[in-house]
Amino acid sequence: MKPRFLIPLGVFFGLVVVLAVGINHSRDVGVLKSPLVGHEIPDWELPVLTDPSKTLGSRELKGQWYVLNYWGAWCYACRVEHPTLLAAQREARVQIIGVDWVADNPDENAAALDLLARMGNPYRQVVVDRDGRTAIDLGVAAAPESFLVNPQGVIVYKEPGIITPESWQREFLSRLPPAPAHAGGS
Amino acid sequence: MRYAPRRSGTPRWVLAAFIAALLGLSGARVALAGAVDPEGMADPVLQARYEVLIHELRCVQCENNSLADSDASVAADVRRQIRSMLQAGQSNEQIKAYLVSRYSEFILFKPETSWRNAWLWSLPGVLLVIGVLVAVRVIRQRATLIDNDDGDLSPP
Repeated sequence: MKPRFLIPLGVFFGLVVVLAVGINHSRDVGVLKSPLVGHEIPDWELPVLTDPSKTLGSRELKGQWYVLNYWGAWCYACRVEHPTLLAAQREARVQIIGVDWVADNPDENAAALDLLARMGNPYRQVVVDRDGRTAIDLGVAAAPESFLVNPQGVIVYKEPGIITPESWQREFLSRLPPAPAHAGGS
Repeated sequence: MRYAPRRSGTPRWVLAAFIAALLGLSGARVALAGAVDPEGMADPVLQARYEVLIHELRCVQCENNSLADSDASVAADVRRQIRSMLQAGQSNEQIKAYLVSRYSEFILFKPETSWRNAWLWSLPGVLLVIGVLVAVRVIRQRATLIDNDDGDLSPP
């Protein structure tokens, strides 16, 4: 007699493996993995929020580490992230450039300035993406999203959602060059 | 229950009104669906290509909607981007390749036919072959059962 009863058992364990892998990855469902990570950031140049006659762009920031953080005053999740960014700014390990994503909000710029005045400003500079063209070029799907860009202009990490104190440590600080000794901190 | 035809059944005009209301509702739905994307393209050829593209591409924020179905602002931005690329004379393939390079292949509802996706495309065929093999085995077994049947139904 062949051990045919083993077949359903095998099928069962096969299913267990498939489902286990599925459950393990369920956290990633809906998280877009950016194809831009590991590549040079697409050229961007946007007007400065406080002075639209000036612009800031990727060329100007070449040679420096920076975090590019897409946010908007209309974005609730960005407010959740805000204290983490403020703490990061106090740490001063890397400059944070904010992009105010207008996204059809009629008085976004005024609302953004108001929010920064009330909650504090973690950004070295805030630029404005009015028509969302740069957001598409960077593959931004939903605010907040953040890019860590190295001095060569290469995106070394993309955070597809809210930065938490833990993910700031784990994903951003760990990729930066070590802090100078006199800077203290953690 | 009586099934005799009644004179005073549902009046015709009620039925007519009901049907009219249904038609009106579906008309309104179509109008609503159109209202998501009021912007179109003047050139009918480009408009036709635009329609195809926005139905084939996913809204990156609300993943199970197409760009055509979504009123998310990012979807509107991507639609605008597609219109301007169409106007600039880019092909459908170029436009899709650009969006894939930014948002990954996820933005396509229909996966690309590439070697990387070969397993995905071959899976239905593989399953069909397995099914046929199982069916053949089962049918053969049943056939031998009938051959061996001596027709004696009485208990031994």
